Amino acid sequence: MKLLTHNMLTSHVKGVTKGYPLLIKATEVKVNDVDFNPQFVCRMIPKLEWSALVEAADLLGHRQDLPSELVPDYEKNEDFLKKVHRALLEVEVIEGCLQCPESGREFPISRGIPNMLLNEDEV
Amino acid sequence: MCSAFPTPLYSHVGRGDFRDVYEPAQDSFLLIDALEKDAERLPCVCLEVGSGSGVVSAFLASVVGPSAVYICTDVNPAAAGCTATTASCNSVSLQPVLTDLVRVHTHTHTHTGKSDADLLVFRQRVSSMQSRGIEASWAGGERGREVTDRFLPAAAQLLSQRGLFYLVTIAENHPEEIVELLGQRGLEGELCSSTRAGNERLSVLRFSRRQT
Repeated sequence: MKLLTHNMLTSHVKGVTKGYPLLIKATEVKVNDVDFNPQFVCRMIPKLEWSALVEAADLLGHRQDLPSELVPDYEKNEDFLKKVHRALLEVEVIEGCLQCPESGREFPISRGIPNMLLNEDEV
Repeated sequence: MCSAFPTPLYSHVGRGDFRDVYEPAQDSFLLIDALEKDAERLPCVCLEVGSGSGVVSAFLASVVGPSAVYICTDVNPAAAGCTATTASCNSVSLQPVLTDLVRVHTHTHTHTGKSDADLLVFRQRVSSMQSRGIEASWAGGERGREVTDRFLPAAAQLLSQRGLFYLVTIAENHPEEIVELLGQRGLEGELCSSTRAGNERLSVLRFSRRQT
């Protein structure tokens, strides 16, 4: 699971009103080389929940020095875009779980695939 | 029709660990043809709900390239694993997530009001093409549309301003009714392509947000 995917996932356990962002508890993390594509990173940034990305990267020890607030005019800042690229696309959680911030429900991550399925009584 | 892009490799589907995963059939290929025509619109976020083998998203990823993210959801763990394998067989990057179709909402619309899927793909599994093992999830209900009808409201929310939503149907699903239902939710639908598979008329519907 890339942090880009994590940025889009929400807990939908019954009764939960703010199941976002999910807390990452990783037992295995990998960093893969992915070709740097500045256009893609630029297009993704406005769609991100920035603080969730920074917190997740920080937790996994890959924050680099990404700022808590998104900097203006990042389109031309290649150094910044490379850091975002690394956090979003290169860091992958292979094993662990995602925890709902409100209910504490844990969603396992196995072989890099998050399992967000709920039991019938949780829907 | 001669495609510029080859069909993704999928020889692992339907056997071994993936014996319960629905093998690509005519509905996948019809969808692939439709998607190829629209790939030049360069989507940024692609979401396939019910990705099964992952062949459709793998194809899309090979056409559009690494300038997009491809989120693939399925309710079947074997399908999610199969999607990951299909991605590596075809040297593309897909992001499988195990989840129920109506819970694919990304945070953006619930938290900030932004909609976010530029390309949304959903396949109604139809009676004669059910895979082994996951029939229950797709056993259609009246008009074979129970699952689709649960998904439609989410589709209307998830689609970005300039996004496209693709849906495969058979005549028994009453596609004209689906167009009307989504019309009430601000989407405009049209018949994109169709073909005959056995006794069934397969159609790909394409929806976009009505521009105001």
